[in-house]
Amino acid sequence: MSRAPRALTWAVDDGIAVVTLDLPDRPVNVISRAVKDEFLAAFEALGRDPAVAAVAFFSGKPDNFIAGADIEDFLRLDSAAAAERLAAEGQELLERVARFPKPVAVGIHGTCLGGGLEFALACHYRVATDHPKTQLGLPEVQLGILPAAGGCQRLPRLIGVRAALDLILAGKSERASKAFRLGLVDELVPPAILRPVTLAAARRMAGGWRPRRRRPGGLGGWLLEGNPLGRALVFRLARRQVLERTRGHYPAPLAALEAVAYGLRHGLGEGQKREAELFGRLAVSDVSRKLVQIFFATTQLKKDYGIPDPPEPMEVRRLGIVGAGFMGSAIAGTAVAQAQVDVRLKDADLPRVAAGLRAAREILDDRLRRRRLDRYEHARLVALLSGTDTYAGFRRADLVIEAVFEDLATKQAVLREVEAATGDRAVFASNTSTIPIARIAEAGRRRDQVIGMHFFSPVARMPLLEVIPHAGTAPWVVSTAVAFGRRMGKTVIVVKDSPGFWVNRILAPYVNEAAQLVLAGVRIEEIDRLMVDFGFPVGPLTLLDEVGLDVAAKAAGVLHEAFGERMAPAPGLGRLVEAGHLGRKAGKGFYQYKRGKKGGVHPAVYELLATHPNGGPRPAEIIQRLVYIMLNEAARAVGEGVVRSPRDGDLGAVFGIGFPPFRGGPLRHADDLGAARLVMELERLTERCGPRFTPCEVLREQARTNAKFYP
Amino acid sequence: MPNANGRRVAVVAGCRTPFARAGTVLKDARAVDLARHAARELLHRAELDPAEVDEVIFGQVVPSPLVPNVAREVSLLPQFPKEIPAYSLNRACASALQAITAAHDQIALGHANVVLAGGTESLSDIPILVSRRLSDILLEASKARTLGRRLRAFARVRPRDFVPISPAIAEPSTGMTMGQSAEKMAKENGISREAQDRWALRSHQLAARGTQDGRLTAEIAPWFPLDGKGPVITSDNGIRTDTSLEQMAKLPPVFDRKYGTVTAANASPLTDGAAAVLLMSGEAAAALGYRPLAYIRSYAVAAVDPGWQLLQAPVWAVPLALERAGVQWRDLDLIEMHEAFAAQVLSNLKGLEEKGYEIDEERINVMGGSIAIGHPFGATGARLVTTLANEMQRREARLGLVSVCAQGGMAVALVLERS
Repeated sequence: MSRAPRALTWAVDDGIAVVTLDLPDRPVNVISRAVKDEFLAAFEALGRDPAVAAVAFFSGKPDNFIAGADIEDFLRLDSAAAAERLAAEGQELLERVARFPKPVAVGIHGTCLGGGLEFALACHYRVATDHPKTQLGLPEVQLGILPAAGGCQRLPRLIGVRAALDLILAGKSERASKAFRLGLVDELVPPAILRPVTLAAARRMAGGWRPRRRRPGGLGGWLLEGNPLGRALVFRLARRQVLERTRGHYPAPLAALEAVAYGLRHGLGEGQKREAELFGRLAVSDVSRKLVQIFFATTQLKKDYGIPDPPEPMEVRRLGIVGAGFMGSAIAGTAVAQAQVDVRLKDADLPRVAAGLRAAREILDDRLRRRRLDRYEHARLVALLSGTDTYAGFRRADLVIEAVFEDLATKQAVLREVEAATGDRAVFASNTSTIPIARIAEAGRRRDQVIGMHFFSPVARMPLLEVIPHAGTAPWVVSTAVAFGRRMGKTVIVVKDSPGFWVNRILAPYVNEAAQLVLAGVRIEEIDRLMVDFGFPVGPLTLLDEVGLDVAAKAAGVLHEAFGERMAPAPGLGRLVEAGHLGRKAGKGFYQYKRGKKGGVHPAVYELLATHPNGGPRPAEIIQRLVYIMLNEAARAVGEGVVRSPRDGDLGAVFGIGFPPFRGGPLRHADDLGAARLVMELERLTERCGPRFTPCEVLREQARTNAKFYP
Repeated sequence: MPNANGRRVAVVAGCRTPFARAGTVLKDARAVDLARHAARELLHRAELDPAEVDEVIFGQVVPSPLVPNVAREVSLLPQFPKEIPAYSLNRACASALQAITAAHDQIALGHANVVLAGGTESLSDIPILVSRRLSDILLEASKARTLGRRLRAFARVRPRDFVPISPAIAEPSTGMTMGQSAEKMAKENGISREAQDRWALRSHQLAARGTQDGRLTAEIAPWFPLDGKGPVITSDNGIRTDTSLEQMAKLPPVFDRKYGTVTAANASPLTDGAAAVLLMSGEAAAALGYRPLAYIRSYAVAAVDPGWQLLQAPVWAVPLALERAGVQWRDLDLIEMHEAFAAQVLSNLKGLEEKGYEIDEERINVMGGSIAIGHPFGATGARLVTTLANEMQRREARLGLVSVCAQGGMAVALVLERS
């Protein structure tokens, strides 16, 4: 029998067992079934060994403690009962750790998430490094499940109900310094002394010493948490907030709330049972499956450069940006904040450069305010931003992104200037949303170094980037653009150089249909509300206001020209633009805005559109029209190879438009509805509303052959 | 002229912030911000790989106690690798010039190939000191271990202890201020009020011309206001285009109200600003593909008794530098002479004339001087070298001289040549 290399090893020194978890052949530690078995065996042996008085536990990975439970185990679950069993096993293991007769201290450096944090919570003393890589959290709800290895029980008992709910319900992770303030860890130390401090704690505990922990929260804490009445209030508020945020689409946070509440009422043991039961139900739920699929797709995409056999990307150390306007400055600020590159921002005159630098800096200031940067880091990053009205400082730029006025001749002129100002290896990326990259490249001498990088607004917050090679773009240029997009913190999809690329292509018919519905007499708020209820973060008309009606009209014109009648802009939108209803930036669009705050529907809009809100179609049909027209266009674009895979298409829609993640994306959603049904409904809509609903060939073919995007 | 080991030192490029009268458009910037701005823009304009820089040397006359080594903060700009050593120095108003000569020495010795040298000053942001008594009390209170002792320490504070002390521009050895010294020089050298005003007017007129035709603004890195509000600063704000002899004549003398001749108009103003110069060995410049503006041929430092004529040391530094360069005064095509006061410039020129040098005003301060452009103490030397090197390039001049007088009765002179 060959022995598999072990993940857990230990050595006993002077009464202390120093245990190290280091999964062979894995970049990070995860807790799988096999690892659990090793844990059981290890604690069994340590319990028996008379030479062991206490345990000190560490990770053998450089910047990772434990990333969580092994998600592969989780995917193999085929029933709620099996999932419940899995949770119960984990709970049992951690119960053993918690009740282990010899004290256990953990030294945490690097990410400590999910099951990893639950393990740490079961130990008796936690020391964490003050390193930025040390992050602690319970991200389970983001995958549609809940912490089910006792996390919903031990965390509120350690740091108080409100702090625990903050952590569990949002699924976010905290830096070690915050975790220390919360009482999640007992000590915060520099990495160099993590080991001795943890060992010393284990030794002290072996001698009978026990950490004394402050009751969390003081008097206010007692009023809200120390008695059933206060707790009921806390839970009621938390529940309301969760419902506001999720609109009932995501059951996991509510289940987590229930597990915490139940455990506090009935004790830790009963709480764990409830926790496991709820986990069982969530684990096999459709929502969780979808969220896990997205998680996996995103993880896969992080290793995918969008081309076969991708060459090594060129490292971008200096970034030039031409155009210091809204997009250019936001790209500058985000590039500095995320990728920490030297950014040179160029525009035609200095006042514009000054305004752009200020807007870029605002992104850094915002991070300073939200304490994501300390003031020294902030000052360092601010110094990476500089501006100019000449091309001085561009000679050594590795990548230049243009964000000038959306006009072919202007962009071509900029390309020529940039080629003259930069070295031979500089990549030129256009942030156009409507102009074919190949057309821009025509003006260049180094056409193979021209590519599209389509950012979404607001750049600092929108997670998607479309990278668009034209037919002649060199592969190393693609991998360079993709790699840099990732350094900017974006999820990057590589899409075909065709009108509207991917996101605007599928977005245009959707927002256009929203306008058609207004013309058909539906109230503007009604349309937006229905789509928010469907799961979008904002409704289509609010979205139009955010994007700018003029910008949208320009894009719509390009798509109309490229694809013909089905993309014809709804009549009347032009009149809104002419009347200055450009959206939020103008203070009026479909809605009115006062001092940056969105108010009600603008009183003049219906009149400008020559319509009356007198009802229109039923809500079910409104939803169908809006969603199906998008699914149809998405299917058509996939057929044309606009995205390389349904996976890229779905991620693009989720991260670029906010397509409801629990529905998996437009192509997953189409699969769920079934092509046959979709085709039938689209044909019905074609009859009633016009040929723009004509089902595309991809869906027809799928309906005929009973095929799916995801077989 | 090559040094003993054959290494020549090239002036490759220079760059500076706008110079602004203290308390005006640059008042919110600290000296370190100004220095970093000038240095960073110089890197960008020179298209230099920052990793090529071997050392950073900056001058500053009134350093902030919070940033004692301003040069290190420059070399810690995120554009640089963190391993570039840096130090700050103080040779009063000749500090930046001293930084350049120090850089020259490091390069000539072969210790460095590329050095960034410059200077910075914010006279809007000078440290204000508390009285010695108050400082003693605060120190004692901070060491006190009990509340009682701390209170007892504070109980000794008297209202007069709160009168702040700002550093004066006065000689510690004689107590005479700069202005008083200039006044003394004017009297002892017989420099009239009218001659001083005339020199000041000339400084403004030439600086205005240099600004208008872009020769002066070419060396300026536009300053973007820190808060994003207000206009971008692209030129020096002390230069007057509207002044006249008549207007200047109306100003009262500041330092000797009865018999004095030195006024606010014929002295350099308190100024905020920074300047930086990129120096390389001739080989490094060639290898990196630069065509140097000029080469350093020689330099010299001299000092006189501060109680005599405080700012008259150029009369000794200049001949020494010329002697070391092996060139004659009459061979100099251009001269940049720091203008602390018109009385000082005219005294220096008179002293040189007495040594047999023929004075040709046409070659001196052809774009005006510190009286008009301004004088951030620590930065002026680098401004003068930049201005001179650029103008030598434009005129295809062969030899140029920079002379800077300094507190303590000192002066530094430096000869540039184009091959």
